[in-house]
Amino acid sequence: MASAKEMKSLVFGPVFANNPIALQVLGICSALAVTTKLEKALVMGLALTLVTAFSSMFISMIRNHIPSSVRIIVQMTIIASLVIVTDQILKAYAYSVAKELSVFVGLIITNCIVMGRAEAYAMKSPPLMSFLDGIGNGLGYTVLLVIVAVVRELLGSGSLMGVEILPLVSAGGWYVPNGLLLMPPSAFFIIGLLIWALRTWRPEQQEKH
Amino acid sequence: MEHYLSLFVRAVFVENMALSFFLGMCTFIAISKQVKTAFSLGIAVTVVLGLSVPLNNIVFKQFLAPGALDWAGFPDTDLSFLGFIAYIGVIAGLVQVLEMFLDKYVPALYNALGIFLPLITVNCAIFGAVAFMVERDYTLAESTVFGLGSGIGWTMAITVMAAISEKLKYADVPLALRGLGSRFFMVGLMSLGFLSFSGVSL
Repeated sequence: MASAKEMKSLVFGPVFANNPIALQVLGICSALAVTTKLEKALVMGLALTLVTAFSSMFISMIRNHIPSSVRIIVQMTIIASLVIVTDQILKAYAYSVAKELSVFVGLIITNCIVMGRAEAYAMKSPPLMSFLDGIGNGLGYTVLLVIVAVVRELLGSGSLMGVEILPLVSAGGWYVPNGLLLMPPSAFFIIGLLIWALRTWRPEQQEKH
Repeated sequence: MEHYLSLFVRAVFVENMALSFFLGMCTFIAISKQVKTAFSLGIAVTVVLGLSVPLNNIVFKQFLAPGALDWAGFPDTDLSFLGFIAYIGVIAGLVQVLEMFLDKYVPALYNALGIFLPLITVNCAIFGAVAFMVERDYTLAESTVFGLGSGIGWTMAITVMAAISEKLKYADVPLALRGLGSRFFMVGLMSLGFLSFSGVSL
């Protein structure tokens, strides 16, 4: 059984030191379209964390019984089933958020983080460790998503989680919202700036060539 | 006819898969360093999109939609919750068949696209387009036009981006921004440019 320290590094390592989005360029697809509001980003992050953790756990449980020639299909089926469960739960208990997330919950299936962790880690490790690894990678993804969403919602519409923080000019306040931050290009710029900051802070992540 | 043309223009420019929905970004960012490879990948994506969106439309309308199984004697069955698993299965199967078909009958094309085809199964642009088709309730004809349009728009975006990347080789980019970082700024600027199409409608 692994030590407590090893488990801790499994969960927290991917959040900063080895953040899956910033370093490995994985899962960027669905990451950005849901960042116009903080609430959407949080729900999306939570959904992805749970799917990654449970799919890693289940795949790890049956890893010794999967013939390697059909492993991709088996992984796909497990991930797709978990995403369906997540989608149904969201529709049942948080219908308005589920409507806003529209197709992006379904896109967790094709999210490279989930598949990547299943293939790279869960196929070789015991269930508990795989579960924690999934949680860690999901959290790393959530942190980046939340940072982008905070910038976009705060500066784009002056609020966080729908609560007004910066009083808008149109409502008698002083803040003129920057409409660009609600449009797609801003997400690319924010991620670009984040990667720039992260790689200045940790030069070993820079690409040499 | 006009309706389809308008749908096509919207899929290519206004609602560009890569630049306004962020779909297919993984391959978009990893592969687009050479115009030639980027273009081949784009063609492969367009072919798969043009086939898989209408095919999934048939699957949805005939098997999964509420009441669709009426012909089999189950008028009250609603299988739409099985959607995701069915679509991904159809896409994976289609890619496999396409690969075998090209290998046997069009070897030249197979050699050009071969390595990309398996990657396409997990390309978010394909699955995204299929999910949009279901959500927007397109007919068979509409979904064909939408699939092809999205593919062409995606190809355009990735090819232009590869061309810019090739030129950017000679630029003196700050170390921390090299590669990934600069690429995001580039896509951001392109996406900004595509925003100017947002008023276009026919």
